[in-house]
Amino acid sequence: MADENPFPGENNTGHFWDDNIRELKNPPPRWWMIAFWLSIAWWVLYGLLYPMWPAPPWETDKTDQEFTKGVLDWTSIKEFEQGMAQVDAVRAKYEDRIAQMSAEEILADPGLLQYTLASSKVVFGDYCAACHGSGGQGNPGYPVLADNAWLWGGSLGKIAETITGGRKGNMIAHQNILSKQEVDTLAQFAVDLSEGKEGSPEGWNLFNTKGCSGCHGPQANGTLGTLPNGDPITVGAANLTDTLWRFRPGGFESAKHTILYGVNQSGVEQTRNAVMPRFGGAGSAEGRLDEQQIKKLAIYVHELGGGQ
Amino acid sequence: MTDPTSSAPVVDGLDDLYAESEHWQVNDGGETIHAKRLPGRWRRIKWWAASVWLIFFLGPYVRWNGGQAVLFDIPNRQYHLFGATVLPQDFWMLSLLLLFFAILLAVATALAGRVYCGFFCFQTVWTDIFTLIEEWLEGNPRERRLLERAPWTPRKLGIKSVKHLLWMLIGFATGWSFVAWFYGVFPLWRDFFTAQANGAVYAFVALFTVGTYVLAGWLREQVCFWLCPYARIQGVMLDRTTLVPAYDLLRGEPRGRLHKGADARSDAGLDAGAQKQGDCIDCNQCVAVCPTGIDIRAGQQEGCITCALCIDACDQVMDKVNRPRGLIRYASLDEIEGRGAKALLKRVRVWVYFAILALSLVGIVYGFSTLTNIELKVLHERSPLFVQLSDGSIQNKYTLKVLNKANDDLTAEVAVRADVPIEVKGIEHRLRIKHGEVTPMIVFVRIEPEHLTGETIPIFFSARATLANGTEATAERESAFFAERR
Repeated sequence: MADENPFPGENNTGHFWDDNIRELKNPPPRWWMIAFWLSIAWWVLYGLLYPMWPAPPWETDKTDQEFTKGVLDWTSIKEFEQGMAQVDAVRAKYEDRIAQMSAEEILADPGLLQYTLASSKVVFGDYCAACHGSGGQGNPGYPVLADNAWLWGGSLGKIAETITGGRKGNMIAHQNILSKQEVDTLAQFAVDLSEGKEGSPEGWNLFNTKGCSGCHGPQANGTLGTLPNGDPITVGAANLTDTLWRFRPGGFESAKHTILYGVNQSGVEQTRNAVMPRFGGAGSAEGRLDEQQIKKLAIYVHELGGGQ
Repeated sequence: MTDPTSSAPVVDGLDDLYAESEHWQVNDGGETIHAKRLPGRWRRIKWWAASVWLIFFLGPYVRWNGGQAVLFDIPNRQYHLFGATVLPQDFWMLSLLLLFFAILLAVATALAGRVYCGFFCFQTVWTDIFTLIEEWLEGNPRERRLLERAPWTPRKLGIKSVKHLLWMLIGFATGWSFVAWFYGVFPLWRDFFTAQANGAVYAFVALFTVGTYVLAGWLREQVCFWLCPYARIQGVMLDRTTLVPAYDLLRGEPRGRLHKGADARSDAGLDAGAQKQGDCIDCNQCVAVCPTGIDIRAGQQEGCITCALCIDACDQVMDKVNRPRGLIRYASLDEIEGRGAKALLKRVRVWVYFAILALSLVGIVYGFSTLTNIELKVLHERSPLFVQLSDGSIQNKYTLKVLNKANDDLTAEVAVRADVPIEVKGIEHRLRIKHGEVTPMIVFVRIEPEHLTGETIPIFFSARATLANGTEATAERESAFFAERR
């Protein structure tokens, strides 16, 4: 830095290097200064309008509010709630109609059915898909919902009943009741029926005399009779005459296992587990769905492919 | 120097010629360019080219079947083009259209430089109109510069106010016309002034009004220099064979002033000391008329929008001084340097460009000729891919989406066909579809195990509907039926 300013009268700072390189005091362009002050004004304004400043400690203690309230009284949670309210408002006209109509009436209304299917998909994914698969395709031990086999009935009403109250099958373990030979005969009998064969006379004999028909029905098709409205009377016993197996994989060994250890038998270690939890009913610990949701879910499940 | 008093000028108005060119500088954006207006051949061509934009203003008034011929109905997501309705589903055609125009821009640039910039670009055209108004009100460039420097008097204030008002009006007309393409011009007339149009309409009109006013009125050539991305793209697409307004430096140099009293046709017009003078008399008229304020004699450059106004100016001067025209002319670099022009059809680029142009055009024509009134989509359910039913048959689930592109609501009937016997559930009822909407339906197909010939079986869906005018619209889709591996 030179002591004497070699460029007097020039708008410089008095800082010099290499004799002639110097720092000038040229102001920034006007537009730049305007933008600069505008951004500061914007920052202040923003701080007034929106929550920006950390709230004083006494405020934080009282309300858990971490930031000052802006003049606009805006918060992200409020915006979220408004958004949700908007969505609900859009849905309201459909939901209201669904509430007033029976499941059968909804099924007959194409527009409302579309809405029901679309809006139930998420609920199905949340509560049902973990066991029954995302498309109702079932899992080992969990029934397929997309076929037309229903142990407890596949009408809209029966499906809703199942979702609401849950289901728990019951088949006693026959390991101490039947001889090995009898178990083999009955297992083979079940395999034969599922393949569309007649079933051996010994099989039918055992089926009738050992109490199987009491639950599986006289025709071994899982139904004990029919109600006036067409719903079958069942206790959730499997239909032995169709090609499907309740417990997968099906076949001789699987049938033997079920006969030996039963279904849902406490104290029997290898018993089959088949419990559908209850999803409805106010106040119940498991009751997570309201009536409207259950109505919609029943329609959804009914429409997965095999509703009756 | 020749004695100025010696004789009468050979060239009429030679003094004026030079006087007018006294003011010029290399344009660096610091000063408003006031270009001189001259009539001429290219000027005329420019007007014809610019008049294409009349479509922009008048297009919305063209009627077709009782509606606006071309209406981009964004709220309802449908685009009406002379009776054809294009829905977002047909947007692949738009990409072809964009491709077509992009390549058109490329091919035009490769052949004739930035002709788009010089003749069709809205910035050029609007600036041209704006400066025309300026010339009417404020006079020629010299008078305009004087007025700019003059103190504010009521007269100056009046002139300027009228000018800016007219500019604003043109900006408003621009915004108005733009919105009319989307809103419908008659509804716009009705709603706009009765304050019934929605905020977006007012916002867009305001945006275009201000945008036009600022861009064409104030920024002018600055847009071409600093803002426009196409200027950059087009600028680098030129090559040696591209035709651009070019200064024939072999003929023009060394340039020098033509002196009063000298015979322009003889060598007596030479500057003292110069051996041989080129045809350029250094009158700077080419610079004076340039809307971007550049000197074309410095060669092809960023600021040149190839509007060819310098050619007009130079030709007029050449006529005055009795030299052949074409000192500045549309020519390629090869031509200027005496290498000769390469035939158009021998250039690979041209062939590639035209091939793409042709392909996109074919695609658009195909698209429009096959626009159907209904469209069918088939989505095969993937989870599960198939389900075995209690009787052993296999069931597949399909979601059909039927789109109604007709102008009325339709009732569609769906049919399913396969080479093996099938049982179909879900197509019993007819499907009502509002116009412009998609209605889904779920269809189950069942096949008995003995008919399952393989893991997948082709299966055909079709939707049929009768339009209001009695014609039948059909749409078909092929899908597959899935079964277990056996």
